[in-house]
Amino acid sequence: MIHWIVAPVILPALVAPFIVLAARYHIGIQRVLSLAGVVALVIIAASLAWQASDGTITLYQMGDWAAPFGIVLVGDQLSTMMVLLTSVLALFVLLYAIGSGWDDRGRHFHALFQFQLMGIMGAFLTGDLFNLFVFFEVLLIASYGLMIHAGGNARLKAGVQYVLFNLIGSTLFLFALGSIYAETGTLNMADLANRVTLIGPEETVGIRIASVLLLMVFAIKAALVPLHFWLPSSYAEAPAPVAALFAIMTKVGAYAIIRVYTMIFHPELEATAGLHDLWLLPAALISLAIGMTGVLAAKKLDRVVAFSVIGSMGMVMISISLFTPESISAALYYIVHSTLAGATLFLISDLVRTGRANLDLTVQPVISGNALTAGMFFVGAIAMAGLPPLSGFLGKLLVLDAAFDNDKMAWIWAIVLGSSLISILGFARAGSIVFWKAHSVSHENGAEVPNAPSPLAYAAVGGLIALLVAHTVFAGQVHGYTFKMAAGLFAPEAYISTVVETPGKLSDAKKGDH
Amino acid sequence: MEFLVASAIGILTAGGLYLTLRLRTFPVILGISLLTYAVNVFLFASGRLTVGAPPILTKGVEVYADPLPQALVLTAIVISFGMTAVVVMIGLGAFLGSDDDHVDDQPESDDAEAEGTS
Repeated sequence: MIHWIVAPVILPALVAPFIVLAARYHIGIQRVLSLAGVVALVIIAASLAWQASDGTITLYQMGDWAAPFGIVLVGDQLSTMMVLLTSVLALFVLLYAIGSGWDDRGRHFHALFQFQLMGIMGAFLTGDLFNLFVFFEVLLIASYGLMIHAGGNARLKAGVQYVLFNLIGSTLFLFALGSIYAETGTLNMADLANRVTLIGPEETVGIRIASVLLLMVFAIKAALVPLHFWLPSSYAEAPAPVAALFAIMTKVGAYAIIRVYTMIFHPELEATAGLHDLWLLPAALISLAIGMTGVLAAKKLDRVVAFSVIGSMGMVMISISLFTPESISAALYYIVHSTLAGATLFLISDLVRTGRANLDLTVQPVISGNALTAGMFFVGAIAMAGLPPLSGFLGKLLVLDAAFDNDKMAWIWAIVLGSSLISILGFARAGSIVFWKAHSVSHENGAEVPNAPSPLAYAAVGGLIALLVAHTVFAGQVHGYTFKMAAGLFAPEAYISTVVETPGKLSDAKKGDH
Repeated sequence: MEFLVASAIGILTAGGLYLTLRLRTFPVILGISLLTYAVNVFLFASGRLTVGAPPILTKGVEVYADPLPQALVLTAIVISFGMTAVVVMIGLGAFLGSDDDHVDDQPESDDAEAEGTS
């Protein structure tokens, strides 16, 4: 059963070209195939997560080559959890895309969607830094197509910004990989973790530069201030289901930081000391402050949501930058919450969009389905702003608790609590203008009342909200699991020995004729 | 040779960064192309510069050229080539649609014009 670990990458990679080649002109068949693929993906991801839940680390050597020479896929608790989160999110986003008809407003939505999933899954599963770069490019090139799905000038313009920013990020990534390879002679993460400890303290210039470059690349993906400028317009202008799927893409950056900076450049490593508390923590605090201020300042509902994503990434990064097992487990809990909450809000802003001329925060006539949409927005906003009783509140408590022993505790508490207040105000303002004040104006005579969104669209949003509620109700179990996961991340010996010591093809060849 | 390669990478990167900061679609795309050329040469150099050495370790050979950076560069070239093609098409679409080749967001109202002339 060892081959199942590649299935999350292979399955979308097969479904996507099949959709393009066989079902090009039949949106119905495309929908069925795409949905079947994602449902299969959820089942596979769930069984992989179940398999890894007892601490088993599954290694898959591509072409049976031994680890530092061949590419490996590694499934541990962290990566399988992220794969499961991606596939579940993808299921609801796809249901929404079908229910709202977004997939029919341009060509090849489903094929690009599957390629996007392939890239994200690969990025979570790979154990090789250069392969991580390749999967980043796979998910990016699919996201470029999805980003400008259905066209329009504003969207194309935002698309140009998004693509250019990510191209610069990719170039930086290559510079980082080049310097890492020049310093250590390997790009396999586990092998790298062994080798960086061998570098003497007087020769750390190269590896320091490499680790900072790599952190910058992941910070671009995670939209950390001051590298966040690409996010607001691209997320706001992207089609709503795409923006909701993109909610997982910022988490790819967070995942990569957790993976690389707990295993390879961990805080105890002398060469990269000071990177986490001196640079990452202040940047994360500023992200949270700027993101939540943006929620209050934005003039359009979709920008409100985009800035709240920046803010919640700031929260995740604060927790990561403390680099203790408690804080990483809090960050992992918050990552799940923030993905679901961000996606929910993007979909709700699209529900609003279907009933209005635009998403400006001005008083406009009541949208159809106002009560239900308003209720959902209320729940989503509570979750995102971190009010009790939903998981945002619990996640924030965990982060605050993890920061309790830190010497910068006053800063962290002040900014986290202050920005919560600002985001509550921002969401309250947006919600009251869009849903409440709408009752004060009536439709113009003769103006066409737009149709209500389809039940399937509501069901998809409702499903995401149900997941958020479940994430709150089972918070004890989830946090217990992320705590185990974090403990495993801080003792990566099992991961490293599994990757490096599993024999592959090369060890046989050594004994033979060469 | 080290000096030549290093200064070539440096000049390409500097030119690329300058063009990227021009914030118009065409210079930015040219700048990013220059940056990707720089990074391709840089990846080559990461396997150490050797001349006339066999590309793989065999018996009795002391000096050999590292084959891995060559594979990495090949991947990087293909990816950056494809990405540049995509961005040219999207940029062209955006320019033809809105008759404006600014990469950054322009101020929406007229009174903000003074600060947005970059």
